[in-house]
Amino acid sequence: MSAMAAGLRKLGAMAIDGVWRFGFAARFFLALFRYSGQSFLRLPLTIREIYFSGVLSLLIILVSGLFVGLVLGLQGYDILQRFGSSDALGIMVALSLLRELGPVVAALLFASRAGSAVTAEIGLMKTTEQLQAMDMMAVNPLARVVAPRFWGGVISMPLLAALFSAMGIFGGWLIGVVAIGVDDGAFWSQMKAAVSFRYDVLNGVIKSFVFGVAVSWIAVFEGYDCQPTAEGVSRAITRTVVYSALAILALDFVLTSFMFRGL
Amino acid sequence: MSSNISSHPLVCLQDVRFAYGEREILRGVNLAVHRGQLVAIMGGSGSGKTTLLRLIGGQLRAGSGKVAVDGQDLSALSVRGLYAMRRRMGMLFQFGALFTDMSVFDNVAFPLREHTDLPAELIHDLVLMKLHAVGLRGARALMPAELSGGMARRVALARAVALDPMLMLYDEPFAGLDPISLSVTGQLIRRLNDALGAASIMVTHDVQVSLGLVDYVYFLSNGVIVAQGSPEEIRASNDPFVRQFVHAEADGPVPFHYPAPPLESLLDGAAA
Amino acid sequence: MSRTTLDLWVGIFVALGFAALIFLAVKVGSYSDMPRSSTYSVMAEFDNIGGLKVRAPVKSAGVLVGRVGSIKLDQKKYRAAVRLDISGDYAFPADTTASILTSGLLGEQYIGLDAGGDVEVLKKGDSLMFTQSAVVLEKLIGQFMFNKAAETPPPPPAPAR
Repeated sequence: MSAMAAGLRKLGAMAIDGVWRFGFAARFFLALFRYSGQSFLRLPLTIREIYFSGVLSLLIILVSGLFVGLVLGLQGYDILQRFGSSDALGIMVALSLLRELGPVVAALLFASRAGSAVTAEIGLMKTTEQLQAMDMMAVNPLARVVAPRFWGGVISMPLLAALFSAMGIFGGWLIGVVAIGVDDGAFWSQMKAAVSFRYDVLNGVIKSFVFGVAVSWIAVFEGYDCQPTAEGVSRAITRTVVYSALAILALDFVLTSFMFRGL
Repeated sequence: MSSNISSHPLVCLQDVRFAYGEREILRGVNLAVHRGQLVAIMGGSGSGKTTLLRLIGGQLRAGSGKVAVDGQDLSALSVRGLYAMRRRMGMLFQFGALFTDMSVFDNVAFPLREHTDLPAELIHDLVLMKLHAVGLRGARALMPAELSGGMARRVALARAVALDPMLMLYDEPFAGLDPISLSVTGQLIRRLNDALGAASIMVTHDVQVSLGLVDYVYFLSNGVIVAQGSPEEIRASNDPFVRQFVHAEADGPVPFHYPAPPLESLLDGAAA
Repeated sequence: MSRTTLDLWVGIFVALGFAALIFLAVKVGSYSDMPRSSTYSVMAEFDNIGGLKVRAPVKSAGVLVGRVGSIKLDQKKYRAAVRLDISGDYAFPADTTASILTSGLLGEQYIGLDAGGDVEVLKKGDSLMFTQSAVVLEKLIGQFMFNKAAETPPPPPAPAR
């Protein structure tokens, strides 16, 4: 009986802790916006972070995009040619990349490449008292350190997702048209006829923007909130990657059900 | 040594209490620091020294009592007001807390760039002056990772005095330094304080170095000031706590044993 | 890393990103789905719409002229009420026929408009008088089998073993 009570108590404590942490993260999010002015007034701060989260993620995004496109080309052709509609390869590759794989896979890669780096950096600055030192120099670390990293991520993410999709379509074209011999004209014209800018391309961009906000928020929050020890930082990095992946997939489901309902 | 004491204390703490949750850290601390003074707050680990420093820096708010800097009650200040106050404070953190992604030069230039609109050449000259004062003008291009602990501490000191503060706070400035760096840092702290005409508060447990350096000493134990006085008075003190601390005795008013049930209960096999 | 190289790299990155977006917008996507503002809606009722979906194309002589806006079941007549959003660029005679067609044997279903000869043109909110329902493959096959069965005499009973 007492074991059950202890278990329930533990569950209650976990629930309260979780709600408290989420509330804290939400307040942190609002504060982030309040102190974002500097990120835009002093653009070099944000440009620097676009370099670290965007440019440094470029290689992994481009290479992964290419490989995902190549695989889509092979698998898509194998399935489509059973129905004699291998001309629709372009449609399949483009739609799966634009609607789902581009935003989602790019965001997952972004979380593990750039998100974890941001958490590590902010966490390390906290551990070595750099954030406190900044605060004592009357410089708000939220405005000077956290907000530029957040906006750098938010700006980078849609661009990375677009590059991922474009690279993937190129990969699909490489396999389908160059290697297997699907008709080049059919590949592009079928694709163009079936893919709508508003419903497919734009929705994909909106998705990647939302993912960018979510991943950047989680990354800066976990860094800012971590235990200021070496162990605390490494735990925070793990949490960033895990929570980001969960958030991306859950948000993807929600967004998809709103965007493509009744199509 | 402390001849130019003005009537108004720069820092004044009245019956300050502070607790983390239910754990009381400070239970009624009174303290006054005047301009030109270099004051040490000593006490064992966990005695609440660093908490006291953070209260003065406005990083923590007192549970009750009043913390006033330059006549202004810190708890009554808005965030903006607190930041305005902190521009006139400098703080040296335990391990320097240099920004690891900036060079030595940029670290020292940081407060100048953030808070002033001075032209780049003037900032350049000012930074070199500050670095010269700590003897590291030649190290301006190095990154913090390339510095020794003592050098990092001195760069941090240059950064802390970049805006010519009226109040300097030092958190364990001597921790982890070799004897040479230690005496260099100590001399610098004294010299900067006198040159700036500022007040300095130093939290430390390095008794011998501090006693040769400071104007006044407070001893903190279990959240209250247990002894205070000039270094001469402290050395001559008969207070058992001060004696234990100054002569580094293992047991005394600060017990060697963490509170525990008596050993006999263990032998009886009735330990809880 | 100096400021200028950093700026250069970020510039390259942003330019590449926008190039990819433009590539997706121009080369991959199409703007054939007209914005709602420049369309007018007309209603068409069908006995059976088959597999017609919302946003299916509306074509005339093979040219995309609009999209299916909504599909509802008319509860009085038990017929499908389909709203067609037709581009404002095109006008059709009032006696236009709408038929549900299939592109290819297994392709998607769409609505084909065959213009009539009326001088009046369709306006917003009008209903199409003539419609032709979807061809339901099962019914077609059923009908075909039925006809075949009617033509041929019943097979002789199998010899007993």
